[in-house]
Amino acid sequence: MEILLFGIINSVTLSLTALGFTLVYSISRLPNFAHGALYVTSGYIVWLCVNTLGLNYLLGIVVGIVATAIIGALMYRLIILRIRGMQISEIIATYAIGLAIIEGLRWGGLRGSTFTLPSFLAGSIEIGGIAVDHQRLFVLGSGVVVFAALGLFVKFTKTGLALKAIAQDERAAMMLGIDSDRKALVSFALGSGLSAFAAVLILPLGSIVVETGYNVLIYSIAVSIIGGLGSWGGAIVASFLIGFAQILTEVFLSTQYQMVISLLAIIVTLLLKPSGIFGKQKELDDRV
Amino acid sequence: MSDGRDRKERIDRGIKVRSDGLYAVSSLREMLYLSGPRILLIAGLLLLPLLLDPFPYWRRVINILCVYALLAIAFDFLANCVGLVCLGGSMFIGLGGYFAAVFNVHLHLPVYLSIPAAALAGAVVSTLLILPCLSLRGVYFAIVTLMYPLLFTRVIEAFDLLGGSNGITGLDSFPGSYLENYSILLILLAVLFGLRRVLNADIGLVMHAVKDNDQSVRASGIDVVRIKALAVFIASFIGCLGGAYLAHVYMWAGLSLFALDFSIIPIAAVTIGGGGVLFGAVVGCLILVPLSEFLRFFGTFRIVLYCTVLTAFIVFKSEGLMPYCTRKYQQLERWADA
Amino acid sequence: MSILTVEGLDKTFGGLKALSGVSFSVKKGEILGVIGPNGSGKTTLINCITGFVRPDEGKVLFKGGDITRWRPHKIARIGVARTFQVMRPFYSLPAYKNLIIPLWSPRARKEGGWRGGGKHGDRDTVAIDILEEIGFERDSRVPYKLASTLPTGYLKRLELARCLALRPEVIFCDEVFSGLSASEVASMLPLIEKLKMGGITLVLIEHRLRELFKVADRVMALQFGEKIAEGHYKDVIGDARVKEAYLGIEEI
Repeated sequence: MEILLFGIINSVTLSLTALGFTLVYSISRLPNFAHGALYVTSGYIVWLCVNTLGLNYLLGIVVGIVATAIIGALMYRLIILRIRGMQISEIIATYAIGLAIIEGLRWGGLRGSTFTLPSFLAGSIEIGGIAVDHQRLFVLGSGVVVFAALGLFVKFTKTGLALKAIAQDERAAMMLGIDSDRKALVSFALGSGLSAFAAVLILPLGSIVVETGYNVLIYSIAVSIIGGLGSWGGAIVASFLIGFAQILTEVFLSTQYQMVISLLAIIVTLLLKPSGIFGKQKELDDRV
Repeated sequence: MSDGRDRKERIDRGIKVRSDGLYAVSSLREMLYLSGPRILLIAGLLLLPLLLDPFPYWRRVINILCVYALLAIAFDFLANCVGLVCLGGSMFIGLGGYFAAVFNVHLHLPVYLSIPAAALAGAVVSTLLILPCLSLRGVYFAIVTLMYPLLFTRVIEAFDLLGGSNGITGLDSFPGSYLENYSILLILLAVLFGLRRVLNADIGLVMHAVKDNDQSVRASGIDVVRIKALAVFIASFIGCLGGAYLAHVYMWAGLSLFALDFSIIPIAAVTIGGGGVLFGAVVGCLILVPLSEFLRFFGTFRIVLYCTVLTAFIVFKSEGLMPYCTRKYQQLERWADA
Repeated sequence: MSILTVEGLDKTFGGLKALSGVSFSVKKGEILGVIGPNGSGKTTLINCITGFVRPDEGKVLFKGGDITRWRPHKIARIGVARTFQVMRPFYSLPAYKNLIIPLWSPRARKEGGWRGGGKHGDRDTVAIDILEEIGFERDSRVPYKLASTLPTGYLKRLELARCLALRPEVIFCDEVFSGLSASEVASMLPLIEKLKMGGITLVLIEHRLRELFKVADRVMALQFGEKIAEGHYKDVIGDARVKEAYLGIEEI
């Protein structure tokens, strides 16, 4: 029972962290290697708002999410837009930016584990005889809500449909008058905002460390490879697979093995079905 | 009688045109023009350790510089000649270094055997680990190479494998500091010229074709995955060679071999120095590595600096230093009437 | 004597059924034309047969052997070549150097009797010979020109030369006549005949019906992924369904 509960919580947490990455890739076919950096940055911004500027926590969270979204949008507008289409350059650029941000934060003082964000709801409740703190449940709930909301957004709103169209066939979408660059900008901002959202939910469970930037990136990559790059369903399924595997190893073996699970899962995926669970074979050999 | 709009035109310098054919051998001046840069390069590099004799610290730096140059050449080769972007050069350094440690400390192989053996072992392992993603889109390659070094560090640390956070100590060092310098310099020159030969041969053309239009290559009956695997093997061999060498220089193989520097400096070096021409990678390293030494004081700020400069170069589509210098050497610009 | 047989080929892309139960045979040494309006699945057909796209259902048999779902390079190696509608030659290289890549492949080395990796002279000679065969005049140094300076007609021939370097038995030509002027197409026709006389089986996917009908032995028509007619070209264009598909077709 404990395994089931924590398994689900862990899985949803994982899928939330991978959310921003998956969104940006599924729409603009760009792996945003700065994803982890944005995640940590948002946490730091919230911390600054609360501790240095003395703002109300909720306000700080809003500022954090909005600020990160703006950073993402700026990143797209100023840098990526100029090198759109040159895949090699795009990849290197996002990687470099991500690194610059993470190491910049480390240099600027984000060291040690003194940076923490308080939980929203203190205390815990008992479910089936196991103590679960409220924060974790909140994460679980939010995750479900967010995914549902995104699903609806994409299906029913104009922007959402436009984003989906671009994801399927950029040229056709452009011919229909959908401004691909503008929408890519939106997707970047949205993706960054979502990373921030995930961060503010999950960071209170621990402390804000720069390493998290890299860990988040690893997990997002793992989830994308296993589930299939750009596939929503795949990302969720992969998160559950990894999430449960992690809990199981934690219970039966030891905590050390958590990262190894990701590594093994990736290698196994690459060996058996490289395109991932829901990866489409068609996407592998693109233009003909 | 110009109509007001001048434009710049570039024409080959006289001496370049004259030396562009068989007749070049007939004139000393033209021969010098052609071979000058290369002679300068070889002589310069070989003289460096001697010139820096009073500064042992900087002689050490030459060794590190050569290792970075090897990595940068490998990156340039993969990215600009085959089309694969390797974001995790530190993976090769780490694999090469740890293999060298195992061969030297546990299997008691002498230095001159452990280095090539480690390079070979590292290359085989790297190629096998990367192989599954070679039949997928280029993005996968970048993702996977990014991830492996990060994962290796965490796994080694978590399981306390291969010495864990302390690493493996007790590697033999080189029997003489000049040997240390010259062995890596010679390796670097050998790699530079060897790889150039490969690129000029048929296989080089095929690799370039794979980068440009792999569908056409497939339709011509060539297994693109095999070509890519060959390229990865060559590049990883070069990288692991550097890693094995480095482990012997430090007499220690540890987690720092997977450091981010080894991943990012090669990329920055190639971007700044110019891609496609292997020598550009070396030039980039000649600039960045001493710079990195100066910036040691500033902690991880240096990575921020590299990344920013790198991004700037990419965004402003700068061709890099080597192509720029080559162009100046071979062509002159002048204003012409439109 | 059928050299290539296709049975029940099906392919769906997302919501679109590109091929639906397509079956036909190609006789050895013949020229088969494939016609159909845009979107009828002609290029998808080539892609499925030559391994660039995996069909959902169906079989492709070459000389009796099943080559369905083989990888593209393997299919090229056994003698089934194809051209690409959108050509991207290596513009910065001279024309004959463009042929290095196919000449380097195992089949070319075996069939062409050229020991690859040997003296550059050998390889270059073979390349120039092929180009001459295909109509590049050796005397006016055309083979040595950069691919970027060649007009479309020559580029189309270069694409065919790429296939020829493999010494293929079957060539699938994806709209080789497109983008050419009437006179350029007229000069391509003898080339096609010449290839046929050399024993190569050709499948020509075409829009330029008038010219196609001059060389094709048989013609097959597709619409919406289905085969709707097959036979001598007069019968095919007389078919009611074909006329309906190509609304406003002139009497040829």
